Amino acid sequence: MKIKAQFGMVMNLDKCIGCHTCSVTCNNTWTNRPGAEYMWWNNVETKPGIGYPKEWENQEKNKGGWEMRNGKLALKAGGKANKLLNLFYNPDMLDIDEYYEPWTYEYEHLVHSPEKNHQPVARPKSQLTGEYMDILWGPNWEDDLAGVHETGKRDPNMQGVDEKVKFEFEQAFMMYLPRICEHCVNPSCVSSCPSGAMYKREEDGIVLVDQDACRSWRFCMSGCPYKKVYFNWQTNKAEKCTFCFPKIENGDPTICSETCVGRIRYIGIVLYDADRVKEAASVSNDQDLYEAQLDLILDPNDPEVIAQAKKDGIPEDWIEAAQESPVYKLACEQKIALPLHPEYRTLPMVWYIPPLSPIVDAFNGHFNDLDPSVVFPAIDQFRIPIEYLANLMTAGDTELVASVLKKLVAMRTYMRSVDLGKEPDTTLIDEVGVSEQMARDMYELSAIAKYGDRYVIPKAHREQAEDMFAHQGSAGFDFMDGCESCAMNGEWKDPYEYSESYWSDVTGGAKDGRQ
Amino acid sequence: MTPIDFLLWVAYPYITLTIFVVGHIYRYNHDQFGWSAQSSQFLKSDPLLKWGSILFHYAVILVFFGHVGGILVPQSFYPLIGVTEEMYHFGAVWFGGAAGAAMVVGGALLTARRLRNKRISTTGSRKDLWVLLLIGIVTVVGFTNTAWYTATGGEFDYRDTIGPWFRGILTFRPMPEMLATAPWGFQAHVFAAFTLFAVWPFTRLVHVWSLPLEYLKRRYIIYRRANPKQTNKKAQ
Repeated sequence: MKIKAQFGMVMNLDKCIGCHTCSVTCNNTWTNRPGAEYMWWNNVETKPGIGYPKEWENQEKNKGGWEMRNGKLALKAGGKANKLLNLFYNPDMLDIDEYYEPWTYEYEHLVHSPEKNHQPVARPKSQLTGEYMDILWGPNWEDDLAGVHETGKRDPNMQGVDEKVKFEFEQAFMMYLPRICEHCVNPSCVSSCPSGAMYKREEDGIVLVDQDACRSWRFCMSGCPYKKVYFNWQTNKAEKCTFCFPKIENGDPTICSETCVGRIRYIGIVLYDADRVKEAASVSNDQDLYEAQLDLILDPNDPEVIAQAKKDGIPEDWIEAAQESPVYKLACEQKIALPLHPEYRTLPMVWYIPPLSPIVDAFNGHFNDLDPSVVFPAIDQFRIPIEYLANLMTAGDTELVASVLKKLVAMRTYMRSVDLGKEPDTTLIDEVGVSEQMARDMYELSAIAKYGDRYVIPKAHREQAEDMFAHQGSAGFDFMDGCESCAMNGEWKDPYEYSESYWSDVTGGAKDGRQ
Repeated sequence: MTPIDFLLWVAYPYITLTIFVVGHIYRYNHDQFGWSAQSSQFLKSDPLLKWGSILFHYAVILVFFGHVGGILVPQSFYPLIGVTEEMYHFGAVWFGGAAGAAMVVGGALLTARRLRNKRISTTGSRKDLWVLLLIGIVTVVGFTNTAWYTATGGEFDYRDTIGPWFRGILTFRPMPEMLATAPWGFQAHVFAAFTLFAVWPFTRLVHVWSLPLEYLKRRYIIYRRANPKQTNKKAQ
C-alpha cells in the first residue's frame, strides 16, 4: 500500500442555478489572454445538449479515455507506438471550430464612425483572422435548452431515453452541469502526453501541464475524454484547469468555488492507495467502476490507514483534513455524490450530487403523502429521466442513481418532520439505510453548507512547497506570454497596451509607472 | 582553389555549424517555453495538413537516413557488406527519389495551406514562411540533383567528393577542393543546407530534437514532487 492524498471536488447539482459566475470568474482569473480566450476551464452546460466542445461525450468519435482491450487497460486512441506514428497528424483531435471561433466586436467603430443616417454598430470580428464573421456557434450556445430540440439529439446520454422523452416543449427537461478538469486519479491526458510534460502533483494530485516541457504534440487534448485540456493557439502549448493551485496551497478554495452563488461546491482531500489505481481502473464491467473507485479511497479514520499515511509522508494536518473532508463524507460515507462518466476509466475526482426534479403527473401537485410505498416507485417519474442521469454518472446503472435520489428525498422528509416539531419520521430514511445522524449530517452539509464545512483545505507545507511570495509578479500565465516565439516575430501585442494608452491619454500618464 | 572556395566550403560551414551548436545550447537553456513543434492543427485540421504533414515528415526521416547512408558512411563500406555499386545506385535513385518526391509534395501542400488558410497565415509568423522557403530550396535543389542529374547518368559522384568533404568538415580536416569542382546544383544544395543549419536553432525546427522516443519506455502516469529549490531559483 502506498497512500497518496488527492484533492477532489463535489458539486451539488440540486443547487446549481446555471448563473455562470464560476465560468466568468475562472475566465477572469486564468484565461482572458490572447490564444486562451476561447478556453473555459470551467464551463456550465445545460443538459441535455452536445456541450462544449461539441459532442465531447461521444468517445466513439473522440477516442478519449481508457478502454478494456483484450482484458487489459489501454488508451482508447491507441498505445504508445500508435501515438508516435501519428505524431505528425493527430487523427482524433477536435479543432477550434468544435469549441468555437473566438471573436470580439469592433468597438472602435462606435467611436470613430462618421455621421450617418443609422446608428453605428460594433460588428463581430474573428480573433483568429481579424475578419468580420457571422457568429454561428459560441460558448454556452445551448444555454437553457436553446436550440437543443436540434442539437440534443446528438447528446450521447440520450441513449435509452429518447423513446420516452422527446424534445418537445411540454416534455422537455433540463439540468445544469458545471464542469472543470476532473483531476483524475488515472488521468488519460497525462498518459497520452508523449513528452511527459503533464503530471500529477505527488502531494495533492492536481494535474498540471509543464509549460516549459510541452512540445505541442496535442495528444493530451484528444486523450482527455472530458475535453478539458486546451490548446493555446498563440503559444502553441496545452493549458488546463490548475485547480487554482496557488490558492489551494494557501488553504483557499478555487475561484470557481469561492464565487459560486449557489454554494454548490465542496473541496476536500481523500487518501487513496496509489498501488491499486490500475487495478481499480481495470474492472471488467463499466458499472463496477464506481464501487472500485470508492474501494480505492481509504478510510481516513482507520488507524492502519493513518499509520501507513504517516509512513508515506502525509503530514498530520493533512490526515486531519482528510477526516473532515466533505468530499469523503459526500462520496464515500453518505454515498450521494457520483463521479461523472466513470466508464471513461480515468477515476475522476470531481463528484456530482444528482439533481432532484418535479415528479411528472404522479400526485397532481400534492406532495404531502410521503409514504415510501408511494414516493419511491415514483422516482422513475422524475422529470429528469433516471436513465439520463445514469448515463451521465453511473455508466447506465439506474438503481444506483435511484438509491441516491431516494436518500435525498428521505433526508428531506425526515428533516421536514424534525423542523415542524413533529415526531421525527424515520420511515423513509430507514428504507434507504440512512441513520438519523447521517440524515442530519447530510442536511448540515448540503442545506446549511457552511463555508468551513464546504472547504476543508489543508495548506501546502512550506518546507515542501513553493515560496509563493518569491513568485509574486513573476509566475503565472501573464508572465509566460512574453515567450520567445511570440515576441521575436514582432507580432506579439501586450493585451493591456490599448487600454493603458487609452487611459493614459485621459489621466495624463501611465498608471503602472511605464512610460 | 580560390579564396571564394575557401570562404564557401570551409569558412561558411564552420560558421554556420558553430551557430547551429551554440544556438541550440543557448535556446535550450533560455527558451524552453518557445521550444515546440508549434502545431497549427488546432486551428484547422484539413486534408492539406493531414497529407502534407504526414508525407513531409515521414519523407524527411527517410531522406535523413538516406543522407547518412550516402554522405556519412564511406563508399568503401558498402562492398564489405555485399552491396554493389549497382545496388547502391538503384536504391539511391529510386528510394531516394521517392522520398524526395514525397517531401516536395508534402512541403508544397503545407506551403499552400500556410499561404491560403487565413487563420494560419494570420496567426503564423513571417519566420515560419522564411523557414519553409529555405527548406523548399534545399529540398527542391537536392531532389533535382537526385531525380534529374544522377538518374540521367550524370558523371559527378557525390560519394567521391561531397562525402569525403563533409566527413572532413566533421573531423576538422577541411577539403574545399572536393566541392570546388562539383556541379553547381550540388554546390547550391550544400550551401542552402548549411544556411538552414544556421537558422535552425532560432526557429520551430528545434522540435526535431524533441522526438519523444522516451515515451515508449516510460510509465503512463507521471507524479512530480514540488521542488522548492528549483522553483525558487527560477523565481529569482
